[in-house]
Amino acid sequence: MSDNVKIRIEKATKVFNVYERKRTEPEEISVPRGHAAVPGRRTVASGVQAAVSGLQERRDRKKIRRSKLYALKNVSMNVNRGEVVLVIGPSGSGKSTLLRCINHLEELTDGSIWIDDICVTDPDTDIRKVREEAGMVFQSFNLFPHLDALSNIALAPIVVKGMPRPEANKRARMLLKRVGLEDKEHSYPGQLSGGQQQRVAIARALAMEPHVMLFDEPTSALDPEMIKEVLDVMLALTEEEGMTMVVVSHEMGFAKAAASRVVFMDEGEIVEVGSPDKLFNNPDEERTKRFLEHIL
Amino acid sequence: MKREVSTDDSTLIPRRDERDIFSAWKISFFGAIGLIIFLVIYKPNPYARILLFLPDGVLRTFQVTVFAILLALVIGLIAGLGRISKIKIINKIATIYVEVVRGIPLLVQIFYIYYALGRIVRIPDIASAIIAMSVCYGAYLAEIIRAGIQSIPLGQMEAALALGLSRRQAMRHIILPQTIKVILPPLGNEFIALLKDSSLVSILAVSDLLRRGREFAAHTFEYFETLTIVALVYLILTLFFSWLVGLMEARLNRNVR
Repeated sequence: MSDNVKIRIEKATKVFNVYERKRTEPEEISVPRGHAAVPGRRTVASGVQAAVSGLQERRDRKKIRRSKLYALKNVSMNVNRGEVVLVIGPSGSGKSTLLRCINHLEELTDGSIWIDDICVTDPDTDIRKVREEAGMVFQSFNLFPHLDALSNIALAPIVVKGMPRPEANKRARMLLKRVGLEDKEHSYPGQLSGGQQQRVAIARALAMEPHVMLFDEPTSALDPEMIKEVLDVMLALTEEEGMTMVVVSHEMGFAKAAASRVVFMDEGEIVEVGSPDKLFNNPDEERTKRFLEHIL
Repeated sequence: MKREVSTDDSTLIPRRDERDIFSAWKISFFGAIGLIIFLVIYKPNPYARILLFLPDGVLRTFQVTVFAILLALVIGLIAGLGRISKIKIINKIATIYVEVVRGIPLLVQIFYIYYALGRIVRIPDIASAIIAMSVCYGAYLAEIIRAGIQSIPLGQMEAALALGLSRRQAMRHIILPQTIKVILPPLGNEFIALLKDSSLVSILAVSDLLRRGREFAAHTFEYFETLTIVALVYLILTLFFSWLVGLMEARLNRNVR
């Protein structure tokens, strides 16, 4: 592996089993000899028919079909050190699943993911190492409502790394300052606006000193006027630290300002990869064009 | 009365108004105390004697209740965590415990532990009373604790795991502290129910409040007077408990909106 590659995803495949009751057509049902089936009719006049329809229901219940849903289908890509990759795609296209597989919140069915030389998908790997390496920010913030902003940030270093509380608090204050919330250290998540909550969530992820940040639609749950403050923090992260980031988002402005590559996913596959300029203005694939027409 | 307009949750879902002098709790609590005082002064002959006869029973009832609550909490927490365990066998055992114990009347369980098991190991009456009550209420608490844990949004566990916490650490630092807030009101209900159900142990010759009352009435045949006082004392005890639970609730709600 070249030194420059930070995240390597090889043939990642994730399959969900979907169970659904199969509709049996009345014609298909074999009826005990001598009794006539009444196709499609459930109004029961005689006892014989009641028995038949009872039979049919039992058959219906047994015919549960297992089908496979590919959340990810043979996805391969590399993310280089310091690169910002934006993943876009329609809902259900597997972009969040891909992100969640990178820090093993979900397991791949097949394929492998590497962060540096740690294999995320190897069952022998200590997953906690992976998660220290890759911080994650969620669409719905997921701050801990029973802790104030400072403790939200300081908790993981104290619990996971065994850092003494005064030191953890000191570093948490520095992180709060970095996301512009130094006056909010004693506020509880319920007292903060959405944008402020998401900035605390970013600070919380940074407290573990990750080298990769994964953003799962960080601005989708925000009011329009709060989106900018969150994007600014993310932008500062790439510009000042050269943080490697994978961002699931449809923020064109952020893509143009920070993204080195944009990945378009649809139905669990990577359809197209390109520079933001190329992909947004002059995409090669028909599917990409159709999608962009919808969101622009 | 002065009214204020507030825009917090209480306008949508009214919360208990603590500043109200005539809250329902105060009416019942001080009403009960007032009634006892009134009866003792008005007719000291049976009432004062009854009241002096009862303190031992109150103490015993209190003792049984408190020990049973503590033990039931331990059992309930273990069984509740067992109910959400991913290990199948632990899950099954916890579920069977809850289903079996929940399905047998407490009175039968008390008899069973004292008399039926008494043929194998002799358990002192108070101990068997406490064991029966905590085994029974442990099952109820287990269900409350399980439901409370499951009511915490999945994202909380995810966020904790994503930060590198182990499942156990996430449970201890993130999930359980939030659960306590959710389950406190139903937990308080169970504690009060347990206090009342502790009157069942009087059949084991444990001289709790009810049994002391009956002992007194057996001599004097003043059933009406005695049971009135017994009922009022139970009421005061349960109201005291509900006040305690309300206090804890307020403490936990102080921080978060």
